[in-house]
Amino acid sequence: MSVAAALIVPSVTHAAGIAEDLREKISIRDLDFYYGDNRALKSISVSLYQGKVTAFIGPSGCGKSTLLRVLNRMYDLYPNQRATGNVRLDNEDILSPSQDLNLLRAKIGMVFQKPTPFPMTIFENIAFGIRLYERLPKSELEDRVRFALERAALWDEVKNKLGANGLSLSGGQQQRLCIARTVAVQPEVILFDEPCSALDPISTAKIEELIDELKDHYTIAIVTHNMQQAARVSDFTAFMYLGELVEFGETTRIFTTPSDRRTQDYITGRFG
Amino acid sequence: MNSQINTPLYASRRRRNVITMGLAFAATAFGLAWLVLILAVLLWEGFSGLSLAVFTEMTPPPGSAGGLLNPIMGSLVMTIIAVLLGTPLGILAGTYMAEYGRYDKLTMVVRFINDILLSAPSIVVGLFVYEIMVAQMGHFSGWAGAVSLAVIVVPVVVRTTEDMLTLLPDTLREAAASIGLPRSLMIQKVAYRAARAGMVTGVLLAVARISGETAPLLFTSLNNQFWSLNLNAPVASLPVVIFQFALSPYKDWQRLAWTGALIITLAVLTLSIVARVLAAQRKSS
Repeated sequence: MSVAAALIVPSVTHAAGIAEDLREKISIRDLDFYYGDNRALKSISVSLYQGKVTAFIGPSGCGKSTLLRVLNRMYDLYPNQRATGNVRLDNEDILSPSQDLNLLRAKIGMVFQKPTPFPMTIFENIAFGIRLYERLPKSELEDRVRFALERAALWDEVKNKLGANGLSLSGGQQQRLCIARTVAVQPEVILFDEPCSALDPISTAKIEELIDELKDHYTIAIVTHNMQQAARVSDFTAFMYLGELVEFGETTRIFTTPSDRRTQDYITGRFG
Repeated sequence: MNSQINTPLYASRRRRNVITMGLAFAATAFGLAWLVLILAVLLWEGFSGLSLAVFTEMTPPPGSAGGLLNPIMGSLVMTIIAVLLGTPLGILAGTYMAEYGRYDKLTMVVRFINDILLSAPSIVVGLFVYEIMVAQMGHFSGWAGAVSLAVIVVPVVVRTTEDMLTLLPDTLREAAASIGLPRSLMIQKVAYRAARAGMVTGVLLAVARISGETAPLLFTSLNNQFWSLNLNAPVASLPVVIFQFALSPYKDWQRLAWTGALIITLAVLTLSIVARVLAAQRKSS
């Protein structure tokens, strides 16, 4: 991202959107997270609103990725990591030990920093996830794969080579393939963990455009190192620092009149 | 050249560099020379005895013509059974260590023991199988030979399976989990697929390793001068026949031993090349 692309104030539609009724899709209250004895998140309370994009910004190690990984319980794959507090998807307790993780993750999809296509064909990359939950006739499955690829703005580029290996695509295409794979499972929420940091500026612009389209259908959270990106794509911004949530609010306000000194310093590039 | 460079210091470093390089080249040449010599003698002696009869006739009594059909078949059958026994066991154990029990104490213990097995002298494996099978059944048998080879296959496959799966990036596992894929399906459909070439390479290396093993077979399948695929009886194998024939005073037996050695060497060479090609494919994909 060029330095010249300075802070872009979110468009008017974003600002107007705030006037609507906001519905809390995910509520996080008093969330603490531990890597062993190390407390990485300190009583975080924040909301993700339905159909909105919420950006998490902050310097490296501030806990923004950790927070994202709590929402789909990704940390459960590893030992000695635990979360306490109250995290709810609609009215469902995400942290409950009896929570079915596979169903939870089908509802809360995730796109990673590095594109991670599965070692199979483009078609299979998408169809694979669909088949996990639904038994569809072939034509319907093909429709769903096409739908997912169209929604991820990849269809036109791959429609003639659905049988090619997913790994043969370019980095930006691979990332959109991963978004399509996530979309195909029909999630309600999509988590983006620095989805553009391994991509070139053109691919980045495409993904950002896509996020803007996706928010009509999904609730979106995005972690990013890039403040301009947060300003461009999000409706709400949360600034985190050293495991604490310093400030949360409308993106327009956070980037124009932050109320906390540390937020001010970070967004003006004084640290981080 | 920069005038500030200390010329004597630079010159001495240069000299030392030349000497070290020379020593390294000499050591390489010395090692390679023996290898080339061994291969040359093997090719010379082996090819001169190679004929169709080697693959169609049984091992002869001293002084008459014959071939190596029974030991070739015996080796093939026992190797195949050993791989069929050892591979599933090794892959399952390696999968447990890399995927399910990566952070468990048990995995560390198994890995340690596996490393010991990996470098255990094969004659110990032979003695072990002699004790638990041959001594119990009262006679040498092909089954015992296959089992002792399988004992050698398992640790190799465990090790490569674990290594290849551990090499996969965690993000691939997370991506699979992120669409709600249960771990068992992730392993079967994603991890095995991504690590396939490496795992196949491991099995091929195990085959290469056991196809030359003599010691464990001496105590288990022994040898058989006649055509026999009865695995409940002694079975001939190439390494044991080579061992017996090479030590004999008979010229024609010694000739057959050379030919047998050549066949094993070429087979192992082929396997190694295939394994390397597969490994190269893994890197490029």
